[in-house]
Amino acid sequence: MAGNDKDALLNFLLRMGDSALILGHRVSEWCGHSPVLEEDIALANTALDLIGQTQLWLEYAAEIQGEGNSADDLAFLRDAWDFRNFLLAELPNGDFGRTMMRQFLFDAWASILLPRLAQSSDPRVAEIAAKAAKEAAYHLERSADTVVGLGDGTAESHDRMQAALDYLYPYVGEMFLSDEGDAALAAAGVAPDPASLRNEYDALLKRVMNEATLELPDTRFTHSGGRDGRMHTEHLGHLLCSMQWLQRAYPGSTW
Amino acid sequence: MSSVNPGALPETDGKSTPRRNEWPLWEVFIRGQHGLNHRHVGSLHAPDAEAAIHHARDVYTRRNEGVSIWVAESRHIAATAPGDKGPLFEPSESKVYRHPTFYDIPDDVGHM
Repeated sequence: MAGNDKDALLNFLLRMGDSALILGHRVSEWCGHSPVLEEDIALANTALDLIGQTQLWLEYAAEIQGEGNSADDLAFLRDAWDFRNFLLAELPNGDFGRTMMRQFLFDAWASILLPRLAQSSDPRVAEIAAKAAKEAAYHLERSADTVVGLGDGTAESHDRMQAALDYLYPYVGEMFLSDEGDAALAAAGVAPDPASLRNEYDALLKRVMNEATLELPDTRFTHSGGRDGRMHTEHLGHLLCSMQWLQRAYPGSTW
Repeated sequence: MSSVNPGALPETDGKSTPRRNEWPLWEVFIRGQHGLNHRHVGSLHAPDAEAAIHHARDVYTRRNEGVSIWVAESRHIAATAPGDKGPLFEPSESKVYRHPTFYDIPDDVGHM
């Protein structure tokens, strides 16, 4: 594999793996704290699905990187500037409504991208995506139903969901940015150009927000800096502190 | 003979008890494999049938337990009253001849 193509593939795998890892960790923070028992276990399931996907993406990333790292090394021994997750994934949970809104915005993206990736010219990418696509389809069904239920619920739940959407929407655009590496991967049939997914995403968002009686903000401004590692939010470092603490304090420990 | 409805009890407890602001209770039935019956596995709370199925999937099929889920709101289930146990069930205790154990089953019939 030529140097540029290798970098593009590695970047892509890190973006997929890191976004799943960081969001999975965020969702796992609800464990034992959810409003009701049934939601608690459902969120834990979602977190475990995402962390399972992380293992597959980062395992492949480590192989492509070729420096003898494992998926665990990539997850637990890199610092904030090496992470390539979307900023959306690292934002704090807020209330339950905001967590579910963030989940919906991510699930909608994943449910559109993963079935396409399952057709990838790279068999390993196709295999991982085929497994993850089924999980994402279920996540989307659940998070969309919750967004509709709370959006079209009481006055208070509606206002909280609208506030969540207003807060999170400026982070949506980063999932559809593309660079030269993305163009190379698209040309090679490895992954679709992220920008090419936006129309379908917008249509899905419009339909669900309509049903949820929520108003999509009328702006295309987007925060960015996660997928290219240029600048994460202040929240990522704090997340890594708790996520990586054990491996940093007791290097190489296993269980 | 009377029947009871365990799921409805909190709501029919008289005017002095305010209605609790909780999701209704659902009973969950899971089919473990194709060809087997759905079996009652437990209950959960959910706002509607669709959410109840989601919750049932998340709570009761995490370890590959099922291929199909039924849910029914608990208040729709009628049950025998515990006080009627005597008239309902005790008469059959003395009818041992109703058990099909007095026949010799030919070996080539196999498992019945």
